[in-house]
Amino acid sequence: MDVATACWIILFAPLVAAALILFFGKFSRPLSAGLAIAAAGLCGVLSWWVFFQPPAGSIQLDWIAIEGFRAPIGLTVDKLSQVMLVVVNTIAPLVFIYSIGYMEKEEGYWRYFAGLSLFLFSMLGIVLSDNFVMIFIFWELVGVSSYILIGHYYSKDSAADASKQAFLVNRIGDFGFMLGILMMWFATGTVMFSELVPNGELAGPVKELAGNHATYFAIACVAIFCGTIGKSAQLPLHVWLPNSMEGPTPVSSLLHAATMVAAGVYMLARVFPVMLASAVAIQVIAWIGGVTCFVAALMATQQNDIKRILAYSTISQLGYMVLGVGVATTWDVPMFHLFTHAFFKCLLFLCSGSVILAMHHEQDIWQMGALKNKTPITFLCTIAGTLALTGFGFHGIGFSGFYSKDLIIVWAVEKMPLLGWISVITAGLTSFYMFRLLFVVFLGAPRSEHAKHAHESPWVMLVPLILLSLAAIGGGWPVVEHLFFPNAKEPAHVGHLVHWVLLGMFLGGFVLAWLLYRNAAKDPLSIPFFANRFYIDNVYDWIVKNVQGGLAWLSGWADRWVVDLVLVRVTSLLAWVSGYVLLRFLQFGNIQAYAFFFGAGVVGLIYFLIVR
Amino acid sequence: MMLASVLEATPSLTHYLLVSGLLFAIGLAGVLLRRNIIIIFMCLELMLNAANLSLVAFSRFLPTLQPHLDPNGPLPNFNGQILVFFIITVAAAEVAVGLAIIVALFRARQTTHVEDLDSLKF
Repeated sequence: MDVATACWIILFAPLVAAALILFFGKFSRPLSAGLAIAAAGLCGVLSWWVFFQPPAGSIQLDWIAIEGFRAPIGLTVDKLSQVMLVVVNTIAPLVFIYSIGYMEKEEGYWRYFAGLSLFLFSMLGIVLSDNFVMIFIFWELVGVSSYILIGHYYSKDSAADASKQAFLVNRIGDFGFMLGILMMWFATGTVMFSELVPNGELAGPVKELAGNHATYFAIACVAIFCGTIGKSAQLPLHVWLPNSMEGPTPVSSLLHAATMVAAGVYMLARVFPVMLASAVAIQVIAWIGGVTCFVAALMATQQNDIKRILAYSTISQLGYMVLGVGVATTWDVPMFHLFTHAFFKCLLFLCSGSVILAMHHEQDIWQMGALKNKTPITFLCTIAGTLALTGFGFHGIGFSGFYSKDLIIVWAVEKMPLLGWISVITAGLTSFYMFRLLFVVFLGAPRSEHAKHAHESPWVMLVPLILLSLAAIGGGWPVVEHLFFPNAKEPAHVGHLVHWVLLGMFLGGFVLAWLLYRNAAKDPLSIPFFANRFYIDNVYDWIVKNVQGGLAWLSGWADRWVVDLVLVRVTSLLAWVSGYVLLRFLQFGNIQAYAFFFGAGVVGLIYFLIVR
Repeated sequence: MMLASVLEATPSLTHYLLVSGLLFAIGLAGVLLRRNIIIIFMCLELMLNAANLSLVAFSRFLPTLQPHLDPNGPLPNFNGQILVFFIITVAAAEVAVGLAIIVALFRARQTTHVEDLDSLKF
C-alpha cells in the first residue's frame, strides 16, 4: 500500500461509517458505536503509519478545470498534514470509546455516532485539502456536523439555539474567508496551496502581489483570517464556543477543544508564508490572538459552569496559537501548541464529562466539592490536565503545555513586547482559573446531595482519560517536539527574565486560588463585568434585536404595503379590469372566428415582416 | 391571352406554386366558412397537401433556381420530397387522432356543427 491509498482510506473511512450508521445504526447500539470506532481506529493506525512515511506531495483528481481556474480534489501529504492527521486520529478514537460510557443512557445513540463520524470526515478533509476551494467545502461540512452535534439534545431550547448560533456566527467568518479566497484567486489566478506556497516558500506571483499591491494583499490576508476568527472562536466571533457547550461533553471535547476549533490555526499554518508576507495582516493576527487570549482568560475567572470555564480557557489557548502565528517565524510554533493543547484540553473536557456524569448532569461547580475521594482517577487526570494547561515546569522540565505555551510567549515577548507581556499575565490568569476549578470541584466540602453520593465513571471512560493524561504530561517533551516539530526553535536572544516571571505567574495564580477557593462555600469574588463576559453577548443580543429586528420590521412593512398592495392588489385589479371587463368580449365561442383571427394575424405578421 | 400563355407553356415552378396556392386558399376558405366539422377537417388536410405540393415543386426545380451550385448538370435535391413522405405519414397519424376526437365530440354533444360548440363564449 502506498501513502496515497492510505490517505484516501483515512479520508473516506469515517464517511462510510457515518453512512452505514445512518442506515443500520437504528437497529443496534453496539453496531453504531462499533462502526464509528472501527473507522476512527483504522484512521488512527493509518495516520501513524503515514506519519513515518516520507511526504508524498499532493495527490490529485481533476474536479473543476476551466480556463483560468483549477480546483482539483486533491490531498496534501506533507509534514504539516501528517502531524495534524496524527493529532486528530489519535484523539478521535479515544473520544469515541469514551462516548460509549458517556452516552450509555442517552437517546439518539446512532445519530450521535453518525454525527461524530461525519465530523471526523470533514475535519480530515480540511487537514488533507490541497486547495482553498476544497478546504472551504470541508470547512462548511465541519460547521454542519458541529451544528448537528451541538443540537444533539434538540428538544432543549438552549441546545437548539446554541447550535443555530454556532452555525450563524461561523457563517460571518466564513463569508470573509470566501471573500479572501476570491481576492487571492483574482490576484494570483490560483487557489492551489502548492502554487501559492510551493515547498513552504512563497511563490513568485504572490511575492510580487505583496510588493506591488500591499493594501490589496493585506485585505485579502485579513479576509482569509476571518475564517480563522469564526472557526477558532477569536474575538469578536467567540460567542458561539461557550454556548456550544450545550452539546454532549465528548463533543465539546473533540470538536470545541481539540480539533475543529484548531482548524482555523491549521489553515493559517497551511498558508503561513502568505500571511507572513503582509506586515499589516500579521500584526492584525497577532493583536487579535493576544487580545483574545487575555480577555477570554478574564472571562474564565468568573464562570461557574465547569464546561464554560473550560470553553473560555479554550478560546484563550486558541488566542495563544493565533498569537503564535502572528509572532513566530515558522508554523511549527503555533502548531506545537495546537498539538499539546489538543491532548490536554481533550483530557480536561473528558474529565469534566466524568465529573458531570458523577454529579448526575449537574454542571455548576458550586454544587460540587470534595470529589477527590469519590472520583480519584478523574481527580488525578484533571491534575495532569491542569498542570499541562497552566504550563507548569521550569528549567526545561515540565508538563506539555510548559514547552509549547512558553515558546509562543517567548516569541511574543521578543517580537511584540506589549502583547508578549499581556500573554505572560494571561498565563497567571490561566493558572488562577484552572486551580479555582480544581479546588472548588475536588477539594473543600460537598455542597450538594449529588456531590455526597458521586461515584467514579466506568473504565471505558477512564482508560481514554489515563491515555490522554500520559499525552498531556509527555506531549511536549523535547523528544516528542523534535519528532513532530523539528523547526520549533526559540528566538535567538531570550532573556531569563521571561521564564522566571512565568514561573512566578504560575505560582501566583496557584497561591491566589488556594487562598480564595480552598474552602470557599461560595465564590468570594464577584466581578459582574467578567462574569457577564464583558457584556459582549448582551451587545450582540441588542444588535440582533434592534438592527435585525428593525430590518425585519422594515421588510415586513415593505412586504405588506409594497408587495401585497402595489404589486399584488394593483396588478390583480388591472388584470381583472382588462380580462373580465374588457377582453372577455373577444371570446365569441365561434371556432371559425378564432381561425380567422389567427389567419389574419399570420397575414399581418407576414405583411409587417416583408413589406415594412 | 395571358391565360393562354400559361396553359400552353411547359409546366414550370410558377405553375406548381399557383396550384399549390389555389389548393391552400380553397382549404383555408373551407376551414373558415364551412359549418360541418368533418368538412373543416378535410379542408385542413387540403391545406397540408398544398404545402406538400409546393415542397415537391421546390425540390424538383431547385437546381434550375441555383445553377451555380452544380455546373455539371442539374440534379434534383430530394430533401423536400423525403420531407413530404414524412409529412404524409404524420398526417395519417394526425387524421386518426383528429377523427377520434371528432367521434368523441359527437358522442358527447350529438352534433358536428361548429355553431353548437360555443361553450367558451363569454
